[in-house]
Formats: sequence, structure tokens, C-alpha cells
Amino acid sequence: MATVIPPPNKRQKREQLERTQVHQDVHATALEAGSFRVRFIDNEQNQLAEVVEIPLGDASEKNVSLLLNTLLGRDREDFTPYRFRIHVPSSDTIIDTYPTPAEFMSILRKHGVNNPFETTLTLSAEPQAVFKVQAVTRMSHKIPGHGEAILAAQFSPRSSSRLATGSGDNTARIWDTDTGTPKYTLAGHTGWVLAVAYSGDGNRLATGSMDKTVRMWDADTGKAVGRPFTGHSKWVTSIAWQPFHLWEDETPRLASASKDGTVRIWIVNTGRIEHVLSGHKGNVSCVKWGGTGLIYTGSHDKTVKVWNAVDGTLARTLSAHAHWINHLALSTDFVLRTAYHDHTRNVPHTIEAQRAKAKERFEKAATRQGKVVERLVTASDDFTMHLWDPEQTKPLARMLGHQKQVNHVTFSPDGTLIASASWDNSTKLWSSRDGKFINTLRGHVGPVYISAFSADSRLLVTASKDTTLKVWSMATCKLAKDLPGHDDEVYAVDWSPDGKKVGSGGKDKAVRLWMN
Amino acid sequence: MPQNEYMDRWRRLHGRRFDHEERARKKEARSGHKASEDAQNLRGLRAKMYAEKRHKEKIQMKKTIKQHEERNIKSATDKDPTTPLPNYLLDRKNPTTAKALSSAIKNKRQDKAARYSVPLPKVKGISEEEMFKVINTGKKTHKKAWKRMVTKPTFVGPDFTRRPVKYERFIRPMGLRYKKANVTHPELGVTVQLPIISVKKNPQNPLYTQLGVLTKGTVVEVNVSELGLVTASGKVAWGRYAQITNTPENDGCVNAVLLV
Repeated sequence: MATVIPPPNKRQKREQLERTQVHQDVHATALEAGSFRVRFIDNEQNQLAEVVEIPLGDASEKNVSLLLNTLLGRDREDFTPYRFRIHVPSSDTIIDTYPTPAEFMSILRKHGVNNPFETTLTLSAEPQAVFKVQAVTRMSHKIPGHGEAILAAQFSPRSSSRLATGSGDNTARIWDTDTGTPKYTLAGHTGWVLAVAYSGDGNRLATGSMDKTVRMWDADTGKAVGRPFTGHSKWVTSIAWQPFHLWEDETPRLASASKDGTVRIWIVNTGRIEHVLSGHKGNVSCVKWGGTGLIYTGSHDKTVKVWNAVDGTLARTLSAHAHWINHLALSTDFVLRTAYHDHTRNVPHTIEAQRAKAKERFEKAATRQGKVVERLVTASDDFTMHLWDPEQTKPLARMLGHQKQVNHVTFSPDGTLIASASWDNSTKLWSSRDGKFINTLRGHVGPVYISAFSADSRLLVTASKDTTLKVWSMATCKLAKDLPGHDDEVYAVDWSPDGKKVGSGGKDKAVRLWMN
Repeated sequence: MPQNEYMDRWRRLHGRRFDHEERARKKEARSGHKASEDAQNLRGLRAKMYAEKRHKEKIQMKKTIKQHEERNIKSATDKDPTTPLPNYLLDRKNPTTAKALSSAIKNKRQDKAARYSVPLPKVKGISEEEMFKVINTGKKTHKKAWKRMVTKPTFVGPDFTRRPVKYERFIRPMGLRYKKANVTHPELGVTVQLPIISVKKNPQNPLYTQLGVLTKGTVVEVNVSELGLVTASGKVAWGRYAQITNTPENDGCVNAVLLV
């Protein structure tokens, strides 16, 4: 019988472990003295600057961002913060979150780059907003007033001091969010108010209702403008304003989608129907008016239709979904909604200048590889989403991963991310470039109904049936802040275009405002 | 069992009997009588087999009936829902079934009287003689010591370890232990099987609470984490009280109603 050596005791094991750890650390610090070469590219794969060498110890995201700005020859005032993604050489993998200098080597090694000193790393630089929105952390106001559940909410594009909500008590209300008081009650509808939409200049508010009408209100005085727009034979599900830069001689137009399967285009000043877009065989669940003069509609008949707004003709039918289409979003939604209002708050005085600014903002947001083209994403009951280039009838990408119906999709204001809220209690993030899956945001314990991005695209707020709002950081894809406080399901949420406030409403009838 | 397809072959060659249709109709018409007779008169294994067959048929029948009913209802509920709902919930089938529980609880808490109101305020007393059976134990020669065996269903926690046999006073039989309860949510009208966490109060006797005896009217804590309920502060609720509504010792299952 051979003698078996007794197993090492606890002390011996601990010492062994310590030895190995110390050894590893020495190794890592020795490596960190090196440097690596970097090639910067932008979203369209164009090289931004010369290949440069960066010492590993200084390679934090902030430093690299500064370096790139200097290489591009910008003045200090024009510096743009960048977010970097690392393309792993000789493979398709992209590291989405930029590591700290200490972790840099280990992350690279995990992806099979053992010696980065001899290869050139490619960093794709995504410009971030120059302003930063703080995550909302507390409930600043709880404003009772509505007699029934709140079904829709939208902030005014002008500033965060006005919020409009539509409710089941047949009224819409405008709230003064600075003081947390009701401003105007817009009474007139005889059914629930299902949709509220501010015009691009923020002067007018349109509401669509269960009573089959659309009404127009003056956002500054709270008075009804003109007569109600009647014509639909079933309730109004969604409203889209004509983008501000397309308005001709002060006659804005408005598209309203209805359960009756039609979309009507109204001339707002007269209340006359200009076109009736009929062709859908079922409930039109969502309508969007693109900045290039196209109207996009998604319907329960499984198709998305693209219409020419000018003559009301059908341009294309996009059919790839196998079930209802619940929602659709445009990559330019945010700029179309805010028109000429941006973070600088310099509002041009003349209408021509306003129009020019709105157009410039739109074109900046929609330009991809030198072409002004919007992207469209559709969310469906078949658990998938499709990313479309509206010029083509085939989808660019099919986004799979949700385990239940997808209720809501949004593009981030900078157009790089897509967030999808689903009945499977999760929110997923996708790249808008190719529809690639980025991450899942788990945390809600009920279906996620709605999500809204902050203006700088760094944060996302989601509203759920589980009575909470949650704020997520897009840099880390983690929960930034949990916002309990609602007593019941949250149906509507909106992040103000200037990023200061979040407004939400739901079944518990009170509007809640959240601030930092 | 035919060893070949000879019946089929015969039929193809010669056709059916002339009175086949009539016979089939009559047989079908009498099938109810036949079933009834079988059910009443079969004995032994055949009765068992018959009952099993009939059980399966009935399940199938109920499913079919339910399908038909659902089809009928759909046209009836096409009209607009009564509570306000946002656009994206309007055409969904049963969006209103799950009313958020947390608000209901909150409202209840506000009225203080509700704290002590339970669905079953009074229960019939159970004497110790009925509850416990005396068992003589000890060495073969004397058998002087005695223990008590609980004759009612009990809940025994997962971390329970028996005391040394000599010091063990109460025996809770394995066959009468329950880990799960069928809990009904009174407002939603749904019943879910949930794991029991602990016995909070047995109205009969504090001793029974300690022993984890499950009788009618006992308040138990159940694990509701899979229901996805949320408290007012946004935390996921996982333990919630429920009161037992049936007599588990007679029924072989534990039914309870959630206290909200």
C-alpha cells in the first residue's frame, strides 16, 4: 500500500493562493507599462485621424476622447465627448463597453488579443451629446387632478415646464411642472383621451379620443381652437404632426390614425380633411410623419405602409411581420418632435430662421453616408422587431430575442440605439446601425409598457405594469435608479426634451414628476 | 383484435349490411343508456378501466365545451372595456384581469379595522383529545413512556430536524405534512399553488401554531414571489398571509384565500 501524502491544510492552501495572486499582480503591472496603436473610425467606417500610439496607463475613455478631439484640431470649446467601441482585430467582435486602463489588458486577452503592442486596435468613436442629463432620482411632485387613469403624456418641446396629459376622465390637462400645479383643463371630448401631441413649435396641442374626434387646443391659453375634427368612424389611436420644417405658409397638417383602419390628414387651420389614407385592413396602431415627407403607419393587419404625404398615395407596403404591429419609431423622432428647440435654447426669431434650423437639425440627424434617409423600426406581437430602410421593401434586420409581445420601441435621440419594451418584463437594447443585439435590461417584475430616452441618449426610463419607473444607464446597461411611488400601473411616461424632468401617469390618476 | 384487415376486406368486397346505418344510429342513440348501465354495474378491474376511460372522455368534453364557450364570449366582449386603458392595451384580450395588488393593500391598510378582519373570523374548536393521539413508547419491557401524535395535517419547515427520539414529545406524521397551498386571490379570482413559508397563527391554540398544525381558519404565510406583486415602495413582495378555508384533514389538500 502506497503512502498517500496528506492534503494541504488550510494555512498551506491560503499561502499557496496568496503566492499565485501576488505573482499575477506583478505580471499585470509589468504589462501595463506598454502602449498600443489606435486607429479611430466613425460610424460610417471612415478613418478619423492618423494612427497614434497611446500608453496603456493613460488609456481611459476620457483621455482618449480628449486625444481624438485634439487630433481633429478642435478648439477647446468645441470638444465633443466620445464613446468608444473596440473592434477586435481579425474578427467581427466588438467590445461595447470601454474598459478602465487597469482592466484593459485582461479584457483584450479575453477576446484573444494577447499582444496588442504589435497590432493596431480600431476604435469606433460615437460622438455623445455635449450636454449631460442627470438621472432623475426623486419624485418632486405628485399632482392629483385627473378623475380617471392617465393614458398619455407628453412634454412641450419648448421647455420642461409644461406637460400635457390625456386621461380616461374625458379631459386633457396641461400642468405647470415648475410649481407642480394644474395649468389648464382641456374639456370637450366625450370619450377617453388616448393621444396627446404637441406641434413642433409648441404652440398647439392636438388630442385624439375615444369619441372618434381630434381636437385642437392653444397650448398657451388652454382654449379650444376651431371645431373638433370629425370623420373617423372609430376611436383615434395615434396622432402625428407634420414636421415643422415641412409646414408651408403657416398651414400645418396633422395625421391621425384610427381603429377604423384609416389615417386622415387634416389641415389644422381649417379642420378640413385633405386626404384619407385607406388601405389598412385593421386597426392602425401607430402613425409617424417622417421628415422627408413620408407618412409611416403600422397596423394590426401585420403591414407597415409608407405613404406620400403630399398627394396621399401609397408609396410602399412593408410586410414581414407575422402578427399585429404595436408601435413604430423613426430614427429622427426626437428632432422632429423638438423642431428648432435644442439644448442651447437659442430660438430663432423669424419663422424662416426657425424653419431653416429645424431643417438643419433634421438633416444632421438623418444623414447616413451622405444621404438623408430615416430608419424605421417596428415592434410587433410576433415577439420580433424589424429595422427598415423605408426606401426598400425588405427589412435591414430582424431583431429576435424577446419572449413575449413587444409593446414599444424608441430610437435614442442621437439615433444610435434602439430600446424595445416588452411584455416579457425586459427591455432590450439594439444597435440601430445593423439591428445587432446589445444588452437586456432586466429588473421589472411586470410587463414594460413604455420607455423614453433622455435627450443626451445616455439614460433610458421605462414604465411598467409593476408600478415602478426605472432609469437605466446606457453606458453600463445597468439600473441607474429605481423610482417607486406609483400606486398602480404606469401607462405613460415622457422625458422632457431638455432632460430636466420626467413626467409619468397611470392608473392611480395622479401625475408624478421626477427630478434629479 | 383482428389479426388481419379481414373486416375491411370483407366490407370492400361485399359492402356493409343493408341495415348498417340504422343500427349505427340506434347504437349511438342508446350509448347514453349503455354508459349509465356500465357505470352502475361494472365491478372490479373492469369498473376501474371503465372509470378511467370515462374520466378521460369527460376531460376532453369539458375542454371542447370551454372552447365553444370562449368562442361565443368573444363576440360578446367586443364592446369597449369599462375602465380607461391606453391605446396599446385596448384590443388585448384580458388586460384588466390583474389589478395591481399593491394599491388594494394600501387602501385596506388605511382603514385600520381591516387589519383584524379575516375571511373566516370564527372556527369550531378542536379539543386536544381529537388533535392528539397517545402512543405508548419506550423499551419493550416497560412501554411506560408515551408520546403524542398530531392527527391533523401539519406544515413542517424545511430546516426541521428531529430531536433525539427520547426527548421527542410530538410526532407529526410524514403522510400528513403539506408544503404547498392552493391560494385564491379574492379580487382577481385566480387560484395559484404556492409554497407555504410558515404557519403564523392557528386560532385554536398557540401550541398548534408552534406545531404548524393546518386547520380551518389557520393563517399561513405563503411565497407569492412568482405572482410578481410589488409593494408600495417598489420592492418585490414575496411573503404574504393567507387563511385556510377548507378542512385539510378531510380534503387532502390545503386551500387558502389571500389576505389583502
